[in-house]
Amino acid sequence: MSTDSYPEISFESRMSSVEFRVHERAHITVDGKKCADCSTRGCITACPANLFVPTADGGVLFNYELCFECGTCYMVCNEEGAITWSYPEGGHGVVFHNT
Amino acid sequence: MPEFDVPQFDVPQFDVIVVGAGPAGSAAALELARAGRSVCLLERGPYPGSKNMYGGVVYGRVLDNLIPRWWEEAPIQRWVTRRSTMLMTGNQALTVDYRSDAWGEAPYNGATAFRPEFDAWLAAKAEAAGAVLICSTTATGLLKDGQRVVGVRTDRPDGDLTAQVVICCDGVNSFLAKEAGLYAPSDPANYTLGVKETIALPREVIDERFAVRGDHGVDIEILGCTGNVPGGGFLYTNAESLGVGLVLSLPELAKCGRRPEEILADLKTHPAIAPLIEGGEIKEYSAHVIPEAGYKMMPELIGDGILVAGDAAAMCLAAGIWLEGVNFAIGAGSAAGQAAARAVQRKDTSAAGLQDYRRRLEANFVLSDHRKFREAPHLVMSDLAQQQLPRIACGVMEQLFTVTNPDPKPGMRKIIRSQMKLNNLKLRDAIGQGVKALRTFG
Repeated sequence: MSTDSYPEISFESRMSSVEFRVHERAHITVDGKKCADCSTRGCITACPANLFVPTADGGVLFNYELCFECGTCYMVCNEEGAITWSYPEGGHGVVFHNT
Repeated sequence: MPEFDVPQFDVPQFDVIVVGAGPAGSAAALELARAGRSVCLLERGPYPGSKNMYGGVVYGRVLDNLIPRWWEEAPIQRWVTRRSTMLMTGNQALTVDYRSDAWGEAPYNGATAFRPEFDAWLAAKAEAAGAVLICSTTATGLLKDGQRVVGVRTDRPDGDLTAQVVICCDGVNSFLAKEAGLYAPSDPANYTLGVKETIALPREVIDERFAVRGDHGVDIEILGCTGNVPGGGFLYTNAESLGVGLVLSLPELAKCGRRPEEILADLKTHPAIAPLIEGGEIKEYSAHVIPEAGYKMMPELIGDGILVAGDAAAMCLAAGIWLEGVNFAIGAGSAAGQAAARAVQRKDTSAAGLQDYRRRLEANFVLSDHRKFREAPHLVMSDLAQQQLPRIACGVMEQLFTVTNPDPKPGMRKIIRSQMKLNNLKLRDAIGQGVKALRTFG
């Protein structure tokens, strides 16, 4: 599950190629109680920015800051209402240049 | 025509608000401005295109009427003169490579382009025609008078904007179309995730590796490079960079236990791809969701005071050999702008008064193509296309061109039969699927 097997580029340097204008308000919220009951945890595998990380106590840690705003996480989420997702404030979030 | 009842409150600030300054939104705003209507074009990014990424190619024919001689000014990277389709297994690749120098001359066919440049260019056209472009502003919800949409709420202080028609070009997640009740509950199986690396390489290296000159370029679509996740890959040339990426079925990706960048790393190390990207440095990584199922997942396109166009209306054509979206967005946005302008002029912007939008889409390529190829996305994502086809095709080539002296050549029929058997494809099923494919692709 680690990207270490591809030493040509670490996940951190992959993400450092992208500009994010981070807003102080989180545009994703996660209801940890619902995640504890989730057996599939698709968000952990599918989020292209790897923003969802399993914790030792069976929960899911998440970070909204380096988000592509693609919508994958809430679409693959199996637990009704576990992920609440909206767009970040205007002018904030991901800013593409060479796409 | 019934007289349009002016809402109880103030006269709307604009005739039309267009949400999203991507290709659909800018085409709509351009049409409206040219028709003499007041139009506000809202964009949540700091500039048009800043939230957008795609599989690399814009097909410009749809622009011919909108912006005559667009090719003389559009910010493109390279004109696609080589279009390849590659079927691969772990260590084999069969490529069908078509080359046409005619595509490298006016009026051109497809071009690679950076969306932050292309979308900003198209939005500037709308602005020059009189549209009011407002960036860095997110539309957070719809303003309604009963069932009728009368504007949008934005995240600006006192940011309510009113209009007679709202055109939702707010992308694949279209919270506005969902809020308006135009979408059925969404099924993740209708969506794919696109991930892409833009890889910097010197122009001469690209010219040499891809056998092109000047502003000519290559687009390669790849099948069989996504492991057990249904999807596909692509590799295309910009002026001084490459785009290499994958499209992956959302539910299958979520289940497969491998992360998207790991599957992409497999493609990048494939013997048919690695030499093409070797030595390049990652310039930008990007991701976006694609409304893969097309026609079958489309929302209602029209409501009272509201229209939906582009990705927001699932207008990507993901039909295997054709992978198009920007052109459909421009075609739909243009039709939406024309229909809204006419409805405003006739003072009936109810759903009935806006029906002209659907008629226009049915009369041009947008809905005719989508309806004609409505089964294609499903077929392309089937096991046959994803697993059996690449393996059988490569297997046949391997046997066909491996010289087995002193054993005599096995002959074509025997080779095909043995490869089909090896990949558990029965003749009956092959014929059935072949007929289905012919029907699907018209």
